[in-house]
Amino acid sequence: MITFDNVDKFYGGYQALNQINETVKQGEVVVVCGPSGSGKSTLIRTVNRLEPISKGRVMVNGEDVHNPKTDVNSLRSRIGFVFQSFNLFPHLSVMRNLELAPMTVAKVSQSEARERAMELLVKVGLAHKADAYPPQLSGGQQQRVAIARTLAMRPPVMLFDEPTSALDPEMVGEVLAVMKQLALDGMTMMCVTHEMGFAKEVADRILFMDAGAIVERAAPDQFFANPQHPRARKFIAEVRRP
Amino acid sequence: MIDILRDYGLLLLVGQFPNGPVGGLALTLFLAVSGLLLSFPLAIVMGVARTSPIKAVQYPATAVVYAVRGLPVLMLIFWAYFIVPMVVGHSISGITTLIVALVVYELAFMGEVVKAGIVAVPKGQVEAARSLGMTYFATMRKVILPQALVNMIPSILNQLINLIKNTSLGYIISVGELTYSAYQINAQLLTRPFQVYLILAITYFVLCWALGLAVSRLEKKLNQARCTPDVPPPLQRLVSKEATT
Repeated sequence: MITFDNVDKFYGGYQALNQINETVKQGEVVVVCGPSGSGKSTLIRTVNRLEPISKGRVMVNGEDVHNPKTDVNSLRSRIGFVFQSFNLFPHLSVMRNLELAPMTVAKVSQSEARERAMELLVKVGLAHKADAYPPQLSGGQQQRVAIARTLAMRPPVMLFDEPTSALDPEMVGEVLAVMKQLALDGMTMMCVTHEMGFAKEVADRILFMDAGAIVERAAPDQFFANPQHPRARKFIAEVRRP
Repeated sequence: MIDILRDYGLLLLVGQFPNGPVGGLALTLFLAVSGLLLSFPLAIVMGVARTSPIKAVQYPATAVVYAVRGLPVLMLIFWAYFIVPMVVGHSISGITTLIVALVVYELAFMGEVVKAGIVAVPKGQVEAARSLGMTYFATMRKVILPQALVNMIPSILNQLINLIKNTSLGYIISVGELTYSAYQINAQLLTRPFQVYLILAITYFVLCWALGLAVSRLEKKLNQARCTPDVPPPLQRLVSKEATT
């Protein structure tokens, strides 16, 4: 579903991504982790072209993401992206946040968009907040709305860029629960996250990055029990520290 | 001073009206408001062009802004006075001339206000809209501009104050606005320039001061809406009302 083919990315002289080769299969949940500055966010942002690449190829569903001929708007409408800072539209109600893209991009009628939105709000447990404005919601609620907003476009694949890093600890659980439900529903997911509990429980595979390269790929139990790469070993030790 | 107001108050307020064309304070307000309203859509185009990622769009807009910013308004009025008739092929009224000059002036300054408003919207908003598949223009129209415009309201009122004061330059091409009316009164009385021009000054001051007060109030309200998320943001509702219906 997502294929990275020899992807390099440079910021001037600094190499942010180094020879990335990887495939995320349909229905797979892949967690990307690693120390800060290792290129996790950059990697996930290349998948919907929020970040350009310097070399190589990223394919999503058979489409070359970085080919200038690719219709990037249509492509992006089929790739869900959830941000660390939610990025809800603060001037629109929760309902309008969910209706906007289906109506302007997918040209869905208002009544259908509303129906879709309501269904999703029920799913993330926020139907009662449909008429609220984003600044009136807690961080956890905002992120759940953001996930619902993304789902309103019915993307076959979802990308999560540290979705719980900006949240108070007590709100992390509600967002992870929504993500877990999505995974159970068979969504193809690529998640940059520091939530190792989520990784252990939900991920099919873990990619560990360091200095712009994927240095370890393993199933979760294997990764946590017996990390191979020295940097991964150090990382696990740090995470385990009480 | 009271007697001047009694004898000439009407001239200051509406000019020769109803026996002649509208002038005085009424014309001043008409000039300022129509200058603002006409330049507003152009300023939005200008502000969007100034922030455009396409250089061929951004550079000409920047050139216009720099050129207009570097010229006195009086110079723009002279240019409009001599050039607009040459372009359209017939003579135009002083009022039209003045409005053209004010619109050119405002589209540069208000264009900068719009640009600042656009730039102040967090980058995450663009990223969120674009990653949902929205086009550049849809993102501008539905996400960026509605937020930018609310933040710009105080600056726009500031521009209105500026415009009100600049309409007084219409005097130079005999547009019968407030300053011109005062000039006429002074020409009739001859001996009391201090009183006449004091009245003129007070009129401008009260008008601009009241608007300035409105600006500070609005700024306070906007800040409140930003800082206390528990209170439903009134201006955000105001903007989205149009979007929900």
